[in-house]
Amino acid sequence: MSASDRDTAHPMQDHVHMRKPKPRPTPEELRARKEATRQRVSGSVETITVSMGPQHPSMHGVFQAVLDLDGEVIVNTDARIGNLHRGVEKLAEYRTYHQFIPVTDRLDYISSFAMNHGYCEAVEKLMGVHVPRRARYIRTIAHELCRLSNHILWLGVHIMDFGAQTFFLICFRDREYILDLFEMLCGARLTHSYARIGGVAKDLPEGWEHKCREVVDFLPKRLDEYQRLITQNRIFLKRSVGIGIFTVEDLHTWRVTGPCLRAAGVPRDLRKDEPYAAYDEVEFEVAVEYNSDVYDRFLVRMKEMYESCNIIRQCLDNLPDGEFLAEDAAHVLPLKKNVMRDAAAMVQDFVHVFRGPQVPKGEVYRAVEAPKGEFGVYISSDGGPKPQRLHLATPSFFHGQAVPALFEGEMLADSVGIFGSADIVLGDSDR
Amino acid sequence: MTDFIFLLIKGVLWVAVGVGMVPFLIYFERKWAGFFQSRVGPTYAGPWGSLQSFGDMAKLLSKEDVVPERADKAVFKLAPYILFVPGFLVMALIPFGPLNVDIFGHKVDLVIANFDAGAIMFMALGSIAVYGIVFAGWASNNHWSLLGGLRCGANMVSYEIAMGLALVGIFLMADSVNFSQIVDGQAGNFWNWYFIPQIVAFVIFFISSIAELNRDPFNVAEAEQELVAGHMTEYSGMRWGLFMFGEYVNMVVMSAVIATLFFGGWRAPFTALDFIPGFIWLIGKVLFFIFLYMWIRWTLPRYRYNQLMDIGWKIFLPLAIANLAVTAVIVSVVQR
Repeated sequence: MSASDRDTAHPMQDHVHMRKPKPRPTPEELRARKEATRQRVSGSVETITVSMGPQHPSMHGVFQAVLDLDGEVIVNTDARIGNLHRGVEKLAEYRTYHQFIPVTDRLDYISSFAMNHGYCEAVEKLMGVHVPRRARYIRTIAHELCRLSNHILWLGVHIMDFGAQTFFLICFRDREYILDLFEMLCGARLTHSYARIGGVAKDLPEGWEHKCREVVDFLPKRLDEYQRLITQNRIFLKRSVGIGIFTVEDLHTWRVTGPCLRAAGVPRDLRKDEPYAAYDEVEFEVAVEYNSDVYDRFLVRMKEMYESCNIIRQCLDNLPDGEFLAEDAAHVLPLKKNVMRDAAAMVQDFVHVFRGPQVPKGEVYRAVEAPKGEFGVYISSDGGPKPQRLHLATPSFFHGQAVPALFEGEMLADSVGIFGSADIVLGDSDR
Repeated sequence: MTDFIFLLIKGVLWVAVGVGMVPFLIYFERKWAGFFQSRVGPTYAGPWGSLQSFGDMAKLLSKEDVVPERADKAVFKLAPYILFVPGFLVMALIPFGPLNVDIFGHKVDLVIANFDAGAIMFMALGSIAVYGIVFAGWASNNHWSLLGGLRCGANMVSYEIAMGLALVGIFLMADSVNFSQIVDGQAGNFWNWYFIPQIVAFVIFFISSIAELNRDPFNVAEAEQELVAGHMTEYSGMRWGLFMFGEYVNMVVMSAVIATLFFGGWRAPFTALDFIPGFIWLIGKVLFFIFLYMWIRWTLPRYRYNQLMDIGWKIFLPLAIANLAVTAVIVSVVQR
């Protein structure tokens, strides 16, 4: 794809140029800004404490933020997570590697394929499974669809945080097309469980490519519509520019990743830096903004949606033929249709279901660029069919910790918007 | 005696129209919201769901009336009434036809109270309505409610002044603060209406009225995204319903006032259309402005409340004063 094509594919760029890219504020400047707020509120004698969440109507999930307010300025925040703790990491120790895949759906349930994918990538790295090229392409497509659906949902909810209720339903309308694609792909709309160790569960169904192409051709037009509604909306600009700033220290302290990091001018994207699936075979740009505020996080996510459409289009163009699941009897489940016909497949199925895959001893860490940030999986194996220890580094957990840093010195009215811009799902955070 | 009977008829009919409109306004709001959001809105109760509001009312009436234990109970119960009674009182001031109409040989004014300081009265009552929200916020003994009440107070202070000053231009042009005389000042075709010379005042007044009504993009007191439901957080059942009711009554009244002050009140846009009763024109204009309020509500995000005060003090107040000065000069030159 040439540079000029890319330009026409990004109506977003006009908007970015309308707002001159400001140089990133230096750490000193940001620190001074925060210090100024701290000064302003330190003279106050009386604060009131309100508990925002876990039952607050606009909290995203069961997050609780206990806020100390001076008037309407947030002085101190106590972020409390854990209301949705299900012991997912412990569950992994009692399940074979195959059996854990559906549990990963319930981590970040908004983008469950990304969770499946990250987990499978880690397991494949541990086992040394070679994933067929077609499967890697299908995974890339599904992962980007997942990112699209996540960002569209995020966008609707985020704008609703600022009070525009209609936009939420507009976004839901468009997310529906992507969910329909997933439904065709794997039968589920939300908890996909589509990735398998060594590939994906099913091949693309008949006519799916055409449908998918229609959606990715049509979504950018809808995104343009969103842009017209929101990007230059005076009220949205007033509400979002310059609030909820991550200082460079915050970014480092709280391991902020994903769009939040890229909105601070750091072009870190695992899809580029440590490519997995088919990301090294497609061309795309990493969306970067520089001001690290709520508005820039919005811009980054908007750009990412255009990029996702681009990536999917490229994958569909170059989709190779071949297997969608590796032929590796020791590590991969056989195809269901072969189990009743082929003795070898039947044995393989029996072994995998009753005992589990053969896994070498060792430790492995693998991260993927999930829509919300880097999703890392650490597996420690003692050679058994179940992980000895599995640990998940989920983006929402880290971003949730950063919330007090974001809230400090901001107005109560902005707190929900700032919280939304960090894009936290509590299933992901509490695990 | 006949005067009194006519007054009674006018009072009952006009208020009945105002109250009777409310359930349907709620229905229309929901239908419009559905239209804007690619949904269908209520469909089940009655034809096209038009009886939905009555069903809601029955539901609200049958719900338990919870008064928080540590609330200031008397004030808590009083607050919803303070919100909507002033709305009804303003209704009495709105003329829905000419004065001294001949009905069955009796001279009747088609306004309930032809009060000389009508517009001033309207401003005063508008300020009282805000106490309903402030009281509700205070009496609930809840931090969210308190913040909602405080925001509403701040809101009122920032907007009522600009709103009042915007109206002074009208008073100068009509040479009166009586609603009937203001309507008389706009006699003739629609280009004689005050919204053309007083376009600045109209814009200020209309935007301020949204803040006064606590609707998006200025519903900072209710602000469900941050304050749960603001001043209404602790209310339940029909007491909550009264707040909603008051909000819609105030919307009717505010639209009627805008129509009266800027859009010729009960007058037809062309004198040729005068054969249609003024009452119908007024209702039509009221519905138009209510639609505008709904349209805005379902389109825009909300301002932060300090930004709202910024607009009130830094933009609208100077603009209203400038408008007043220009109007005063022009009126004095033209009238000399």
